[in-house]
Amino acid sequence: MQLAVLGGFVVASLVPLLHRWFGAGTARVLALLPAAIAAWLLAQWPVIAAGETLWLEWAWVPGLDITLTFLIDGLAWLFAMLISMIGTLVLLYAGDYLHGHRDLPRFLVVITAFMMSMLGLVLADNLVTLFVFWELTSITSYLLIGFNHTDPAARKSAQQGLFVTVGGGLALLAGFVMLALAGDSWSLAELNTRGEQLKAHVLYLPLLICVLLGAFTKSAQFPFHFWLPNAMAAPTPVSAYLHSATMVKAGVYLLARLHPALGGTEPWVITLSLVGALTMASGAFLAIQHTNVKTLLAYSTVMALGTLTMLLGIGTEAALTAFVVFLLAHSLYKGALFMVAGILDHETGTRDVTAMGGLRHAMPCTALVAVVAALSLAGLPPLLGFIGKELMLESLLAAAAYRAVILPLAFLAAFLTLAVAAVVAIRPFFGPLRQTPSAPREASFGMLAGPALLAALSLLFGLAPRLLDSLVGATVAGIGAGSAEVHLALWHGINLPLLLSLASLGLGALVFRRWDRLRAWLARLEPLMARGPEAGYEALMSGMVDLAEWQTRFLQSGYLRNYLVITLLVLLGLVGHALLLRHTPSITFTLDIYFHEAVAAGLMVAGAVSACVMRSRLAAVAAVGVMGFSIALTFVLFSAPDLAITQLLVETLTVILLVLVLFRLPRFATLSTPAERLRDLAVAGLSGGLVTLLMLAVLSGERLPRISDYMVANSQPLGRGHNIVNVILVDFRALDTLGEMFVLALAASGVYAMLRFHAEEYAARDAGHTRRSDDG
Amino acid sequence: MEPLLAVAIGILFAAAIYMMLRRSIVKLVIGLMLLSNAANLLIFATAGMTRGAPPLVPQGLTAPEGAVADPLPQALVLTAIVIAFGVLSFAVVLVRRAWEVVRADDLDKMKDTDT
Repeated sequence: MQLAVLGGFVVASLVPLLHRWFGAGTARVLALLPAAIAAWLLAQWPVIAAGETLWLEWAWVPGLDITLTFLIDGLAWLFAMLISMIGTLVLLYAGDYLHGHRDLPRFLVVITAFMMSMLGLVLADNLVTLFVFWELTSITSYLLIGFNHTDPAARKSAQQGLFVTVGGGLALLAGFVMLALAGDSWSLAELNTRGEQLKAHVLYLPLLICVLLGAFTKSAQFPFHFWLPNAMAAPTPVSAYLHSATMVKAGVYLLARLHPALGGTEPWVITLSLVGALTMASGAFLAIQHTNVKTLLAYSTVMALGTLTMLLGIGTEAALTAFVVFLLAHSLYKGALFMVAGILDHETGTRDVTAMGGLRHAMPCTALVAVVAALSLAGLPPLLGFIGKELMLESLLAAAAYRAVILPLAFLAAFLTLAVAAVVAIRPFFGPLRQTPSAPREASFGMLAGPALLAALSLLFGLAPRLLDSLVGATVAGIGAGSAEVHLALWHGINLPLLLSLASLGLGALVFRRWDRLRAWLARLEPLMARGPEAGYEALMSGMVDLAEWQTRFLQSGYLRNYLVITLLVLLGLVGHALLLRHTPSITFTLDIYFHEAVAAGLMVAGAVSACVMRSRLAAVAAVGVMGFSIALTFVLFSAPDLAITQLLVETLTVILLVLVLFRLPRFATLSTPAERLRDLAVAGLSGGLVTLLMLAVLSGERLPRISDYMVANSQPLGRGHNIVNVILVDFRALDTLGEMFVLALAASGVYAMLRFHAEEYAARDAGHTRRSDDG
Repeated sequence: MEPLLAVAIGILFAAAIYMMLRRSIVKLVIGLMLLSNAANLLIFATAGMTRGAPPLVPQGLTAPEGAVADPLPQALVLTAIVIAFGVLSFAVVLVRRAWEVVRADDLDKMKDTDT
């Protein structure tokens, strides 16, 4: 399986090559890959159904305890099956939808890579592996949303989706690290057996917050829901696959996966059920305001994701059963509906449901598929969506916590969703025929096969829910409710959920009939909506840019002295802080000075200070010379004859060089104001004072033993030299000296090049002069 | 002697930094010279100063008699002096060249790359 997933990435990179061989049929050939994976998964089903967990181990980075272990239990199997099955259909669909598109190979590369990342994500057992695949899905999603990269809106949406999900990914990484610290393991399976230890750990709350942030951004929970509708800029197969059936469910998957480890505590229940319920209601509410069929469906996906999160938050066995059924039902009908939306867009040239009508004559098959899928979305019998909704309402009624808040929200979402389903299924296909930008035709087989199969499955599982008993049971066991006995049925008898469904049917029908008027009325809320979370995102982004601009202008002035001042002040702050506050300075010294030594030091200081105040360049150079020679004198006085000789030589050369080069330059001008000079003087004085203090502190500290004793002892026996400093330079540390020679050679060639260049320039000018004088 | 030198070195550093903060490019170069000298002296003095005991092995012996000054900081400073000279000569020629092109000693007038 690892081979299949990793090999899938290789196949993805080979797509351009495949495209050369198979041309337009590439997508169909590629579809064989997920189809094979689906077949393999199906073959494993007996093992999974028996409640066993399949382990596929492969050590990836053994040194860091990172393994590429795949764990297949009911939950992982369900997700992997959905990914590979819908993936097969989407590839078939995309081949026709993007038929003849210039960038079809690029699209196939990315979507195949996404498919493999997603499979890796749901199968991974190791936290690090899971995180890597998690980020890969974010990146591939970014590339797919921005597929039409010439469209600025698509680029912006892609960036928004990336920032939101990757921002959450960062939080998730922190959460995973804390999770591994708290649970002493990187393996999800092991962590899931240590729930008690984790929940009692001091890091539980921070790690829960981080993990939830990651999951909520990925699964578009309120207030991060805004990126998902914008992601509809992607081609429709992408919307059907990534942004309804698979990727956005990654967050929900993670929560389900970690439910045994982290779930059931009060923060978990409160956050998940309330955020989920809020997302559910706001998704449904926002959906009915839009007429673009893809946006409409996207908001209803937000609603579904909210429902799933809420059910996980409630966490009872009934709720988890409802979770699994709802998840499956949603993947089936939403995938189908998105593909229908793509067909509508493809055949009519518009996505506005109010601009379409009466298409049932032109495309009867599409109409049939749309109606079946929409019935499932609406939660009407005899489809799987109905069972999911009934189970959800049942578990909500049974759950004691926050029923007063959640139930009304769920009811609101239910009847608004019903209206959405009605809009999607009835407006485009029934009523009088309307003129659309291009003449509608029935979709091709490749495009119809996917939605038709998904809708058929919705109907099949709705009519015979017992087929799902073992799958749902195994999945619920995977989420960790313990027992796995589940019996699904279409007819639950006349009970409260059914009555609620009937009531929502009536209200939903009412909303659908008054939809146009309702929309006009809701449009008045526009100013309020403009202040939603998306505005917060925009403000954050522009604020970040402003901050970057401000700090660039503030710090990156382009003036050397400003950089110097900032560097020095930071140095002063850090070193000064360490010296004066953290290390109590105890400066002790004995003054043991001869007169001639003091004179040398005095000359040194006098030279340096007068170099600063001289108005003439030559005088300044002479003053520097005075300082250099008195330093040489100090070297002589303190047992460093070699240093003294070198210093004398270099100082002489320096003075000659400076005089030669700077001779022709004018006197110094006064370039700075007194205030600037005062500021510089303060910075300089502080730095000098710090150096003095530092040196005194070092001298008062304990002397460490010399490391040069070896060199002193071995200079003559090993190096055959009597001058120890010279032996160090040419023998013990010969490599340093070699480096030094390189530096000098480099400087010399630089100097030579600059002087030479200059000489040639003058020669050329002189030649010009000569010629002109010849002419004259 | 070290405490006195500590003060002297502090003044040298202050002078060097003050010069490096000036707008004149020649002053910047002078500041660079002061800075390298101050740093050399700092290394030399911090390692401890010894009077009248250069690190030499007398003829006929294999090791110096008694304690001598630490040769290692001397070797380091020697390298540093030579390198500083290399850097300085490069900087000075560069200043000269810049002056020929821009005809200005002012760093603030060297912000354009087109001159």
